[in-house]
Amino acid sequence: MTAPEEGLLEAVEQMAPEERAEHEAEVAEKVAADREISVSTGETLLAVQNLTVRFGGLTALDDVSFDVKRGEILGLIGPNGAGKTTCFNIVTGVYRPTEGDIRLEDQSLARMKRYKIIQAGVARTFQNIRLFGAMTALENVVVGTDARHRTSVPGALLRLPRHRREEREAVDKAMALLEFVGIADRAADKATSLPYGDQRRLEIARALATEPKLLCLDEPAAGFSAIEKDALSELILKIRDDGFTVVLVEHDMRVVLGVTDRLVVLDFGRKIADGVPDEVRRDPAVVSAYLGTAVEE
Amino acid sequence: MTATTQSEARPSSGTPPRPGRRAELSRWWNARSRPQQWGLLVPVAAIIYLLPVLNPPILTTEPATSFPIALFNAAVFALIAIGLNVVIGQAGLLDLGYVGFFAIGAYTAALLSSPDSELGVRFPWLVIVPIAMVVTMISGVILGTPTLRLRGDYLAIVTLGFGEIVRLLADNIDPLRGNRGFQDIARPGGTYSDGTPIFTQNDAQGFYWLAVTIVIIVLLFMGNLERSRVGRAWIAVREDEDAAELTGVPTYRFKIWAFAIGAAVGGLSGTLFAAQVGFVNNQRFDVTTSILYLAAVVLGGQGNKIGVVVGAFLVSYIPDRFQFEPEYRFLVFGLALIILMIFRPQGILGMRQHLLTYGRQAYQKLFGAGTGVAPTSLTPSSRPTGEPAEAVPDDRSGSRPQGGGE
Amino acid sequence: MFLDRFWANTINGLSYGSIYALVALGYTLVYGVLQLINFAHSEIFVIGVFGVYFTFLALGFQPGQTPNVPLAGIIANLVLAGAVGMILAGVAAVILERVAYRPLRKRNAPRLAFLITAIGASFVIQQVFRITRGSNPEGTIRLLPPEPLFRIFGAPVTNLQVIIILAALALFVVADTFVNRTRLGRGVRAVAQDPATATLMGVNRERVIMITFLLGGLLAGAAALFYLMTIPQGAVFNGGFLLGIKAFAAAVLGGIGNLRGALLGGLILGIAENYGQSLFGGDWRDVVAFVLLVGVLMFRPTGILGESLGKARV
Repeated sequence: MTAPEEGLLEAVEQMAPEERAEHEAEVAEKVAADREISVSTGETLLAVQNLTVRFGGLTALDDVSFDVKRGEILGLIGPNGAGKTTCFNIVTGVYRPTEGDIRLEDQSLARMKRYKIIQAGVARTFQNIRLFGAMTALENVVVGTDARHRTSVPGALLRLPRHRREEREAVDKAMALLEFVGIADRAADKATSLPYGDQRRLEIARALATEPKLLCLDEPAAGFSAIEKDALSELILKIRDDGFTVVLVEHDMRVVLGVTDRLVVLDFGRKIADGVPDEVRRDPAVVSAYLGTAVEE
Repeated sequence: MTATTQSEARPSSGTPPRPGRRAELSRWWNARSRPQQWGLLVPVAAIIYLLPVLNPPILTTEPATSFPIALFNAAVFALIAIGLNVVIGQAGLLDLGYVGFFAIGAYTAALLSSPDSELGVRFPWLVIVPIAMVVTMISGVILGTPTLRLRGDYLAIVTLGFGEIVRLLADNIDPLRGNRGFQDIARPGGTYSDGTPIFTQNDAQGFYWLAVTIVIIVLLFMGNLERSRVGRAWIAVREDEDAAELTGVPTYRFKIWAFAIGAAVGGLSGTLFAAQVGFVNNQRFDVTTSILYLAAVVLGGQGNKIGVVVGAFLVSYIPDRFQFEPEYRFLVFGLALIILMIFRPQGILGMRQHLLTYGRQAYQKLFGAGTGVAPTSLTPSSRPTGEPAEAVPDDRSGSRPQGGGE
Repeated sequence: MFLDRFWANTINGLSYGSIYALVALGYTLVYGVLQLINFAHSEIFVIGVFGVYFTFLALGFQPGQTPNVPLAGIIANLVLAGAVGMILAGVAAVILERVAYRPLRKRNAPRLAFLITAIGASFVIQQVFRITRGSNPEGTIRLLPPEPLFRIFGAPVTNLQVIIILAALALFVVADTFVNRTRLGRGVRAVAQDPATATLMGVNRERVIMITFLLGGLLAGAAALFYLMTIPQGAVFNGGFLLGIKAFAAAVLGGIGNLRGALLGGLILGIAENYGQSLFGGDWRDVVAFVLLVGVLMFRPTGILGESLGKARV
C-alpha cells in the first residue's frame, strides 16, 4: 500500500481527506474485535448479581446488582470510596466476591482465573498506569493481542507456521490499534518515555488488543487537560462505535455525561441509582451523595 | 524524508542515560538489512571458531592453562549464562540454585555412561544429551511448581536451598558415589581425517568447537522465543506481574516454562562439561558457583543474551588469563556484583531485547525504510503532548454501526 | 531410638533453636522495615563469630585447652567476648546497609537489585575471611565445658543449654520491649507499617533503618557467642550459609516481619531438625530445614503467627 521508502505515518499525513477517511475506516475495521458474542446489541452482556465484597470488617460492596448491555457505554460513578474500582477488581478477578456473582454472557467470572477472564473477553485499564516499561509501545499492544494467541512454546521455538501467522497478524493489528488511539508515531518508543496522555491511550490500545467483549476504563481522564478530555471522549465514542461495549469509571462529569448512555451510581458500596444520565443527575439520592457539587457541568 | 536525520531523542523521553554511542551503534546495526548483518556476523563467528588455532599471544592463557580448555570452559559458562538469563534476565526470577541443574545434567550423563554407574548402561553422548535435557527440564518443573507461586524474594532462598539439596543428595545417596565420583563418561564420537579422535580430554579444541556451535544454536532458539509471545510474556511478568495477568498472560505457566527451559539449558551444559572432563563427583557443584553464574548474567546485562555471553566469557576467562587464585575470583566478582548494581545496573550491554518477529518490518512500514528505528526509541516527528496525531473530525461517521463486533 | 531420645532432642533443639531465633530476628526486623531479605545477614553473623573467636584468642585462650580460670572469670570473659562480637556484627550491619543498600534505595532500584547487591556483599565478606583465615574451620575454644545440671523426663540438661536458652529469651524480651515500648521502637513500627506517613509524621526513616540493622546485627553477634559455645564446628568463612538459610526459614515459619514469630519459628525449627536427625540420620539434618521452609511457604506463606512488624501488638 505504501511505498517502502516513505513511512506509513508520512503517507497518512499527505492523504487527501477522502483518502484519509477511507484509511481510518480501514484501521477501525482492523481494530474491531473478531469474536463471537452470543447476545445481540442492547441485550445484557455482563450481569452483576447481588455482589457483596467484604475485606475483614469493611464492606466495600453491598448487594450491588446491575447489567451492562452490549454496545452501550455505561458510566459507573460515585464519590470517592464508593466501590467503583472494587467493582472493576471483582470483574477482572483481582478480588473475589464474598457473595453474589458476575456473569459474562452465560459464564460466571467469580471463580475464574484472572488471565482466563481476560481471555473470556473482559479487558481493563488501570487508574495508575501500569504499562510494561521496558517494552516499546507497539510491543505493549502486541502483549495484549497475545491473549488471543495459541502458539505453544515449541511452536515459537521452531517458528512453526501458526506462530508466524499470529505474529504477522499481531503486529498488523497492534499498528492499527496505535493508529486508532492516535499514537502511531510513538510505536517504537519505550512505554515509559511516552508523555502521560499517550501512556493512557497506550493502555487503552493494549486492552483493546485482547479483543474484549467488555472494556473497563478506570478513570481514563485522570490528570488530563480540558483539550485532552475532549479528545478522550471522542476516542471512547469511537471505540463504542467500533463495536465494543464500555464500562467507564470516571470522576470528571463532563466526560461522563458526554459519552455515557446509562449511569450506575454507587455510594458507600451500595447502588443508589441506575438510569439514563438526565434522570440520574436529577435523582435526589444522587444529588445528596454528591452534596450537589459535582453533578453540575 | 529520512528519519535518521531528525532522530534526536526528544527531551520528554526517558531514554536510558547517555544514549550516545551505543544507541548510535544499535541504530546503525538495526538499519542494516538481514544479509548485511549476516555478512558481518559470519567473519566474527569464524574468528571465534579459529581462536584456539590462532592462539593469539595477547589472549592466550598458556602456559598456566591450556588455551583450548580455557576457551571451552568459557563457552560452557556462556551456555549456562544463556540458560540462567532466561530465568533471571527475561522472567525476572532470581534463581540461586541454577548449579543444581548443571549438576543434574552432569550426573545424568555419568549415570548413563560411566562404567561406575549401577545402571550398567553405556549410552553414547548424543543419546544422553536429550535424556539429560528432559530430566533437568522435569526437575525444573518439579522445583518450579510449588515455588513459582511465591513472592520473588522467597524464590531466591528456596532455589538456594534447592542447589544445596542437590549437592547433599550427591553426598549422601550411595549410588551417586559422593566423592569417589564416576570415571569414563561418554564423549561424542568422530575422528579427524588422520584417525585421531576429535573429542579427547587433553585436547579441548574439538569440544570448544562443539560448545560454540551449541551456544550459537541455543542463541538462535532463544532469539526465536524472545521474539514471540513467550518472550513477551516473560518480560511482561518481569515488568509487572499483575498487569501481565490482567492483560491475559498466563503468568504462572510461563514462569514454569522459563524455569523448565532454563533448566534444560543448564542440563545441556552439564552434559557438555561432564563429557569433556570425563569425570563427575560431588566437588564441583558448590552453591557459590551459582553466584558466579549470577555475576556473569548481571555483568553482561540481564535480559540481553549477547550481553550475558560476554559476561560469562569475562567471568570465566579473566581468572584464567590473569591466573587469579580461586578465592580472589569469588572476591572480585562479588565486588563486581555490588558495584554494578549500584553504578551500572543494566550491565555492560543494556537490557534491551526485540520482542516481535516482524518488528523490523513494522517499524519500517511506519517510519519508512532504512531508518533502523527500534530499540533506542528514536523516532521522527514530535508533537505537543496529548494532542491526537491525526485529525479525527469525521472519524465516527466513517466507521461501523454499534455492536458490529461480529 | 527416636522415643528414647525424645526429650534430649527436644532440649537440644531448644538450645539450637534459640540461636536460630536470634539470627532470625535480624531477618525479620529488616524485612519488616524494608520488605527486603537481607541476604548478607548470615555473613553479619559470621563477622560476629570471628569477633568472638578473636576475642577469645586475645584473652589468651587457645583451641583445645581447657582454661584454668574460676567460674566468675569465665563468665566475665564470655560476656566480654559476646559484647565484642555484638558490637562488631552491629557495626558491620550498619556499614553493610550504608554501602550496599542505601545507594539503591536512593535510586529506587527494583527489588531484584537489592537481592543481588546483598548476595555480592555476602560473597565479599565470606571471601575476605577465606583469604585471610583459610578454608578450614578454626579450632574450637570451649571456655565452659558442658556439665549436666539436672534432668527433665530423664534427659540431662547441661549448663550450656540453660545459659543459651535463658540468655536468648532475655535478649528476645529486650528486643521485643525495645520495638514495642520505646519511642525509637515506635518509629520502627511506624516505618514498617507505612513509610510515607511515618515520614510525614516526623519519623526519620533513615535513622530507623540504621537502628533496625544495628539491632539485627547485635542479636546476630549474641547468637555468634552461643554458637561458639555449643556447636562443634569452629569459626569458618562459610559457616553462616546454612545457619542463615535455617534462620531465614525460621523467620518465615513464624511469619516474617513478626518478632514473636521469629522466636517461635526458631525454636520449632531447632526441635524439628533434631527430631529429623534422630529419625533419618545426621546426613539429613540440613534437609529438614529446607523441606520445612518449602512446606511452610506452600501452605501458609504468611507463617504461623502471620506477618507484619507494624501490627505487632503493643
